[in-house]
Amino acid sequence: MSFLDLQGITASYGPSQALFGVDIQLERGEVCALMGRNGMGKSSTIKVICRMLKHNGGTLHFDGRDLAALSSHRAARAGLGLVPEGRRCFAPLTVHENLIAAARPGRWDFAAVCDLFPRLGERRDQLAGSLSGGEQQMLAIGRALMTNPTLLMLDEATEGLAPVVRQEIWAAVARLKRDSGLALLVVDKSLAELRHVADRAVILERGRTVWSGKMAAVDNAIADQYLGV
Amino acid sequence: MAREPLINIILFALFPVTAGVAMVLDEPFIITLMTKAAILALAGVGLNIALGLGGLVSFGHAAFFGIGGYAMGVLASHAQSYTPIMETPILIEGTKSMLVIWGVAVVAAALAALLIGVLSLRTTGVYFIMITLAFGQMLYYFAISWPAYGGEDGLSIYIRNDFPGLNTLDPIQFFAIAFTVLAAVLFIAGRLAKAPFGLALSAARQNPERVETVGVAPFRLRLVAFIISGAVTGLAGALFADLNRFVSPTMFSWQTSGEIMIFVILGGVGRLFGPVAGAALFILLEHVLGGLSDFWHVYLGLLLLLVVLFARGGLIGTLAGKETAHD
Repeated sequence: MSFLDLQGITASYGPSQALFGVDIQLERGEVCALMGRNGMGKSSTIKVICRMLKHNGGTLHFDGRDLAALSSHRAARAGLGLVPEGRRCFAPLTVHENLIAAARPGRWDFAAVCDLFPRLGERRDQLAGSLSGGEQQMLAIGRALMTNPTLLMLDEATEGLAPVVRQEIWAAVARLKRDSGLALLVVDKSLAELRHVADRAVILERGRTVWSGKMAAVDNAIADQYLGV
Repeated sequence: MAREPLINIILFALFPVTAGVAMVLDEPFIITLMTKAAILALAGVGLNIALGLGGLVSFGHAAFFGIGGYAMGVLASHAQSYTPIMETPILIEGTKSMLVIWGVAVVAAALAALLIGVLSLRTTGVYFIMITLAFGQMLYYFAISWPAYGGEDGLSIYIRNDFPGLNTLDPIQFFAIAFTVLAAVLFIAGRLAKAPFGLALSAARQNPERVETVGVAPFRLRLVAFIISGAVTGLAGALFADLNRFVSPTMFSWQTSGEIMIFVILGGVGRLFGPVAGAALFILLEHVLGGLSDFWHVYLGLLLLLVVLFARGGLIGTLAGKETAHD
């Protein structure tokens, strides 16, 4: 069984079914890109892994444990870190407070996060709500790292950011891959950047895994078929 | 923001200064008023941990206030009548020691908060308000129908309980005790708000789902906050009963819950010194307006309306000149 192992996951929001059979296998230290057009189930898949959405069918294992039995906070404690779509920092708390609110012991502490994102150190006592979008994104990543996860999930971490800020985020992701040995599950739309960091790719269409394999094998034909608009 | 700490210090210093001046002028009634304000502020500080930090609108904090009061009443009444509380299976006797009474009040209120919290924290919003109110009312009617401890008439304690080295019947000395307790609890509550526990609690108030995805269960955070909150209000109840040397079911009434909430809202929800300002203002109004008219609550209501509509940061927020984000 893989480190993160989803087999035939189905899930619904009330009466409307969103996932019809998602398979993902991800090993320790691997970076997997989760791709697909809008509305194909990427975020729903992330929600299922985080236990924010219950699945109705299929199996879901992480680090040898059955996630189905765990509540959201227990899954996070088991080593799942999430950088949610839309950042969602705790606006009335300062940068430092955001980071320590849910910190757990491990190699990622305040100093390590500031080393990855020096701007967070500079803005230590600033309210999160007053940060720029890029800084909030860094804070969201830092907050997830402070829980010392073994798998980090980035949901649209570069969406709506200026190109120069996106580069900073991607550079940090590349550094995480190189230095930390974290497994990463990255949802993003920029194929070019994903090619640089991802080892593997999983493509969803209409709530199903329709393609999975090496990132290098995602050629233009596949990209056009599943990702083009 | 720099103005708020200054306002807090001035406000806080006003208590011992007023009491000190009153002592010099030989006005023990003023000292007693300040003592009352300090104790009610303590009850508010307790509620503020649940309401301000955790966003838990508890309309049943009178339950904890009353439990603290009755802890004092029951223990002291047995001590003054020289009858044990129970003989079998173990002998438990009453006591006049304030420190023991505080301990019993805090533990009893914390246990009650655990029980009430486990049941009511499964609900949110208006249901949470109603269920906490229901628990408060349950205890109220229980106290009324419990003849062993005075029932509706309450319990009178003739002599204030003992504190090592102090004469507690001397108004200024009892004020010093109440004020010191308030200061200590404020210090702890301030540390708590800035500790990871308090930060996570604040975060859970804003977005419980997001807190869960970083590995913290909002229910447990809230339960712990509710227990701490109840325990502090229980301690205030014990002091309040000692101040009046009298306990009655009124301490359990929903009006008491409402008054504790008024201290918090008048002073500023979620602000450490909010309940202190709120309780001081309440006492001031009670005695200035109460002297003018028996219907002073009308003016209190009007003031509360104005604060809620135009000054949501409460008294402290208005003086500090900057609203912090609080929903």
